[in-house]
Amino acid sequence: MEQAEDIQKVNVLPPDKDKIRRLWRVAGYLAAVTTLEFIIAFSMNHGPLKVSIFVGLTIVKAAFIVGEFMHLRYEVKVLFWSILIPMIFVVWMLVAFVYEGMAIADLRF
Amino acid sequence: MASTTGVNVPAPGKSVWDGGVSPMGVSYGKLMMWFFLLSDAFTFSALLITYGLVRSSHAAYTGEHADFVFSQEYWPIPERVFEAVPFFHGVAMPLVFVGIMTFVLIMSSVTMVLAVEAGHRMDRKAVEKWMLWTILGGLTFLSCQAWEWTHFIHGSGVGASLSHNEYGPPDFAAFFFFITGFHGFHVFSGVCLNFLIYYNTVTGVYDRRGHYEMVEKVGLYWHFVDLVWVFVFTFFYLV
Repeated sequence: MEQAEDIQKVNVLPPDKDKIRRLWRVAGYLAAVTTLEFIIAFSMNHGPLKVSIFVGLTIVKAAFIVGEFMHLRYEVKVLFWSILIPMIFVVWMLVAFVYEGMAIADLRF
Repeated sequence: MASTTGVNVPAPGKSVWDGGVSPMGVSYGKLMMWFFLLSDAFTFSALLITYGLVRSSHAAYTGEHADFVFSQEYWPIPERVFEAVPFFHGVAMPLVFVGIMTFVLIMSSVTMVLAVEAGHRMDRKAVEKWMLWTILGGLTFLSCQAWEWTHFIHGSGVGASLSHNEYGPPDFAAFFFFITGFHGFHVFSGVCLNFLIYYNTVTGVYDRRGHYEMVEKVGLYWHFVDLVWVFVFTFFYLV
């Protein structure tokens, strides 16, 4: 009985139509970018340009997911930068290790 | 509702860092989820970057795309490895199945964010509905992955293990198992957490608590799993 009374007190608000529409629009963008990636995968010759396009599109998708779905775009600036700035280490690690890998390949072949 | 978001407005003449308010504007739990995800991002980056290191230290296939055959001499072209689709045995459909998996995971991310939106409105029925769709999406993804692993391991005879595989250098299969396996385990954990949230919603825990912030926290984790897949998809399957 106690539980039932508690639940009756809950004030349910109507759906936020604008927000829901925006979320579906973001989902549409993500689907569109993935489709674009598929088209590029089968219509371009492999090379540095193709890889750069894929990396670029991946960052676009990541920005949509983190910014809109995870709501980071609307958070306080301190939180936004606390999450983004440490990502510099990932970029550093990526550049260092792939450079190292190419140097190893040079030695081997 | 006050406990769902951290307060970010300091008293007159005080800075947000003088105490008494949340400088980051979010609750403790949400902030810790963000920092956990940051550390998890480092873990996945380490795996993917190591993949980049090992792959770039192997010879790449330089011949015509149409003449490609599996060999231990060079790294395989991923789209020639992953071209099987269930019920279409023997038909080469490069990357189609992994495309379906990507779509499933993105859709479950959408249903999760709709559950979060419903939670903000204290709409229990809508949270239940969208959490169920999210759990279903997660289970579908896991089933797809189980099929893909089975197909990869059996291959066309020799198949693949951690020490040897028919597609290319041993490291290729080892990275496939580690990277998609580590991600798959995250998805599995996510499905368990989503179910927990669903259970608590159905039993009215969050209605009694007065807010649905747990849906948001687990939602952050679930979106992160989707985010990681976006990177795995690019660096393991497309590039």
